[in-house]
Amino acid sequence: MAAARLAQQLRDRTPPDAAEVTLYGAEPHPPYNRALLTAAVIGRHDPETLGLPYGDGTVLRTGTRVAAVDPAARVLRLSDGTTAPYDTLVLATGAAPVLPYELRGPRPARVHLLRTLADARALARDARDSARAVVVGGGVLGVSTAHALAGLGTRTDLVHAGPHLMHRHLDAGSAADLHRLLAGLGITARTGTRPTGLHGSPAVTAVTLADGDKLEADLVVLACGVRPRTGLARAAGLRVARGVVVDDRLTTSDPHVHAVGDCAEHRGTLHGLAGPAWDQADVLAARLADHVTGVPPRARHTGSRPVLRLAADGLHLAAFGDPAAPAGHDVLRLADARRGTSTRLVLHGDRLTGGVLLGDTGTAGDLLTLWRRADPLPGDPARLLVPEGAPT
Amino acid sequence: MTPTDTHCPYCALQCGMRLHPAAAPRDPGAPPVEVGERPDFPVNHGALCGKGRTAAAVLSRAARLTAPLVRDRAGGSLREASWDEALDRVADGLRRTAARHGAAAAGVFGGGGLTNEKAYLLGKFARVVLRTPNIDYNGRFCMSSAAAAHRAAFGLDRGLPFPLEDVAGTGCVLLAGANPAETMPPALRYFTRLRENGGRLIVVDPRRTRTAAQADLHLRPLPGTDLALARGLLHLMITEGYLDEEFIAARTTGFAGARAAAMAHWPERVEQITGVPVTQLHAAARLFGAAATGMVLTARGSEQHSKGTDTVRAWIDLCLATGKAGRPGSGYGCLTGQGNGQGGREHGQKADQLPGYRSLTDPAARAHVAGVWGVDPATLPGPGLSAYEMLDTAGTPGGVRALLVMGSNPVVSAPRAAHVTRRLRALDFLAVGDVVLSETAELADVVLPAAQWAEETGTTTNLEGRVILRQAAVEPPPGVRTDLQVLAGLAARLGTTDGFPTAPEAVFDELRRASAGGPADYAGIDYARIRAEAGVFWPCPGPDHPGTPRLFLDRFATPDGRARFSTAGHRPEAEPPDARHPLHLTTGRVTAQYQSGAQTRRVTELNAAAPGPFVELHPHLAERLGITEGEVVAVTSRRGRALAPARITTTIRPDTVFMPFHWAGDGRANTLTNPALDPVSKMPEFKVCAVRVEKLPGGGAP
Repeated sequence: MAAARLAQQLRDRTPPDAAEVTLYGAEPHPPYNRALLTAAVIGRHDPETLGLPYGDGTVLRTGTRVAAVDPAARVLRLSDGTTAPYDTLVLATGAAPVLPYELRGPRPARVHLLRTLADARALARDARDSARAVVVGGGVLGVSTAHALAGLGTRTDLVHAGPHLMHRHLDAGSAADLHRLLAGLGITARTGTRPTGLHGSPAVTAVTLADGDKLEADLVVLACGVRPRTGLARAAGLRVARGVVVDDRLTTSDPHVHAVGDCAEHRGTLHGLAGPAWDQADVLAARLADHVTGVPPRARHTGSRPVLRLAADGLHLAAFGDPAAPAGHDVLRLADARRGTSTRLVLHGDRLTGGVLLGDTGTAGDLLTLWRRADPLPGDPARLLVPEGAPT
Repeated sequence: MTPTDTHCPYCALQCGMRLHPAAAPRDPGAPPVEVGERPDFPVNHGALCGKGRTAAAVLSRAARLTAPLVRDRAGGSLREASWDEALDRVADGLRRTAARHGAAAAGVFGGGGLTNEKAYLLGKFARVVLRTPNIDYNGRFCMSSAAAAHRAAFGLDRGLPFPLEDVAGTGCVLLAGANPAETMPPALRYFTRLRENGGRLIVVDPRRTRTAAQADLHLRPLPGTDLALARGLLHLMITEGYLDEEFIAARTTGFAGARAAAMAHWPERVEQITGVPVTQLHAAARLFGAAATGMVLTARGSEQHSKGTDTVRAWIDLCLATGKAGRPGSGYGCLTGQGNGQGGREHGQKADQLPGYRSLTDPAARAHVAGVWGVDPATLPGPGLSAYEMLDTAGTPGGVRALLVMGSNPVVSAPRAAHVTRRLRALDFLAVGDVVLSETAELADVVLPAAQWAEETGTTTNLEGRVILRQAAVEPPPGVRTDLQVLAGLAARLGTTDGFPTAPEAVFDELRRASAGGPADYAGIDYARIRAEAGVFWPCPGPDHPGTPRLFLDRFATPDGRARFSTAGHRPEAEPPDARHPLHLTTGRVTAQYQSGAQTRRVTELNAAAPGPFVELHPHLAERLGITEGEVVAVTSRRGRALAPARITTTIRPDTVFMPFHWAGDGRANTLTNPALDPVSKMPEFKVCAVRVEKLPGGGAP
């Protein structure tokens, strides 16, 4: 996704013949929007139509894995054995799913990952006739996948090793509200436990858990998180920490190599969301466009303020900023059990520093704007908790 | 004197009105006519807004110019002069500049309020007499983005492809950046009737305007994000099953590119760009997608951006994807602003165009028009500078050095107006033809007093593409001439004695020939038909042709007959807010004033209703800044500072302030606006720039 965005932005900002841009991708498809894969599982999208713009004139090399980078010679070695020179290389290799130790190795049929279009297609096919599903991982992908499966009428268990659902994005209270909301949708969430085995042959029939329980399942989705794909960078001798390390110019330890998106580590931070990846792609595209048109590049990436946002039938969630409330911060909270909605806002002095909206996200647009702009809050912040009535 | 049927001098609705002789005026300078209803004219059926009802006031001697004015030396004052002296001076000024700096150094700046006859003859004057490429007009600041999008998508630019009455019968109207309740009150009936008929109204506007308050759904995006919103709605048309695949296959090309752009604008992302909640995006998609017929109508709010053309094209894509174009009761339309904003852009006062909406770069078009004009096509200049570019470079090497302005007041209406004013002052020579002593006329070396709407006959083309006839009810007062007489006088002084008739009907007959065979073909329209048929819709290629109230029903006007999808995605405004300028400024209009206010600020009743500029701010913002209602505040952008009283209202977003742009002086909104231009239409970004709002030291007492 980040690569397509970069190519499209670069093409938009430069004359048609200013630079030759080639996109290499291991998958057989042109670039597509991974953020829509869950929606594709339930048929909201035709998987063939998720394609993203990647700029007129960009050369697309799908099904072509880059096997190695020689930064000294500025040459790529491709999976078909050929080589390709470059002036500037951008790594947008993304992230790969990680699996719990116990689940590595051969897996029964009807056990799925959800990272690629091929994954989404396979999952959609098996989800059609599934009666009981187990989703492993209670992060963004796990929760939205569980919700998608439940929406298809599948009884769904959600297993999460963390202390509460989406523990990196939500406080415990909001997570408990989410837990209840999911229960209302027919999803049983279990936290603080992890799968220890997948059973069944050829197709999966059950999942055993560390707490000794055994969950019947005819479909399993593993959504246990991702890890930056750094192999290529590491082998090329680039500096890699958890991700490929880049500076504010999105440049790696080699001045001719850049990295953006899920594979990049910027100021010690990794992101796994489209928003920050596109922020980085936009900054790098501006810099590269300036470079090829002979202007000193000025754009800098100083970090992103990502927002976690789910918007699907019955599951509306927006989380932004720090979910915890450090000392000196105030928390405002409004929960409406009748409607199954809750709002939590974290304030520092007169500034909004974070928040969680669950159930009703109608005020998300305004609150996100306030948070991003870091404007002082008006008068009584309690009035932020309820949507303004229509002005009369 | 019998009553005279004519049309309002103000906006593009061109309401029909009937002028009656004034009852024995006590004061010889009082208006000689009274405005009355003309119930048989279909667009407004007799209804008029306050501006139309009081239009006769500008005819009073006190309000207007009644003699030419000249300035004897730079810095001196204007004095009255004879017409001969004034026209000699203008001819000398233009001739001398051309001799010293080349023909291109003499420029012409026209207006969207000029009749078709005047716009046509002004273009001919520039290209045949001055032989300058540099003619453009204030319509560049008006609907040029919609015009460019229309031409790219449909192959033809006519504001509305259907009569306004069709609005009342469609299933759903999405109004983007349009506020007809306040800017075109007599048009509101069609939107009211739409809702009475069960149709739905969606309004897209950062402000909760009077129009928005009547909508079924009001989407309130951040200024400068309509393109993302339109793409987000296209995304939902795709995912929620509202595509009309048959229509896409049979009547369009390029859907794959638009779909890819839509895939990059999924609802959660669009919410973050626009501030419009996902639930409202879905609600809008349902209303528009589920309706059997529907329209998207835009106005300046969506168009006056450095991405205005792409934004309008994205709105058009929404219509194309759902099969809501080129069919009865459906389509995309632009609510054109100026009185003759439509006709003014069709007949050759635009930098890149020849009459009949022909292209100045098309050899066949050049040959045709040159034939009508009796000149060698090779002598016709090529495309020149667009409006802001011409003003921005005025008085500089390579820019225009002498300028003839007709019916425009760029000192108030151009973006970065203080800079534009400096550029106009730097000209070697400036002549202004106008009805009143506008702020631009005040800078001129020669001011030419022009006859007004009630005093001259001529056609305009309203926002529907309906060619209508204004008819003179009274003689112009002594000392005043029509623009056609002025152009004939100047042409003669500059050596062209033929081809500049002063009778409007003679000019129109020539315009018909010049437009014949062009996209905007007027060949079959004449004054008698207009009178008999309450206007004739172009294209009308022959006397037996009925005119074309509804365009594109069989095919679009592209070479292959198919409409074209577009591919652009969201990009930020040219000037995003930062720490020094943390707020968005958006600009617009109020009901009782019109454009630069040159006419309406001279009408007592209108000034009573809207006496001066103001700054709308949300109570939260006002509270933060310690500003109280009525207090004069300073609004500062990178281009300057404006002062105006605060008007505190919940109808504006807390991150945005609004100023109307009708006034000169300290409260001039266009002192602040950003001249970042759309790359295709050259439209400046009037509708969003970054500002800060501050209390005045000592507190601006109300």
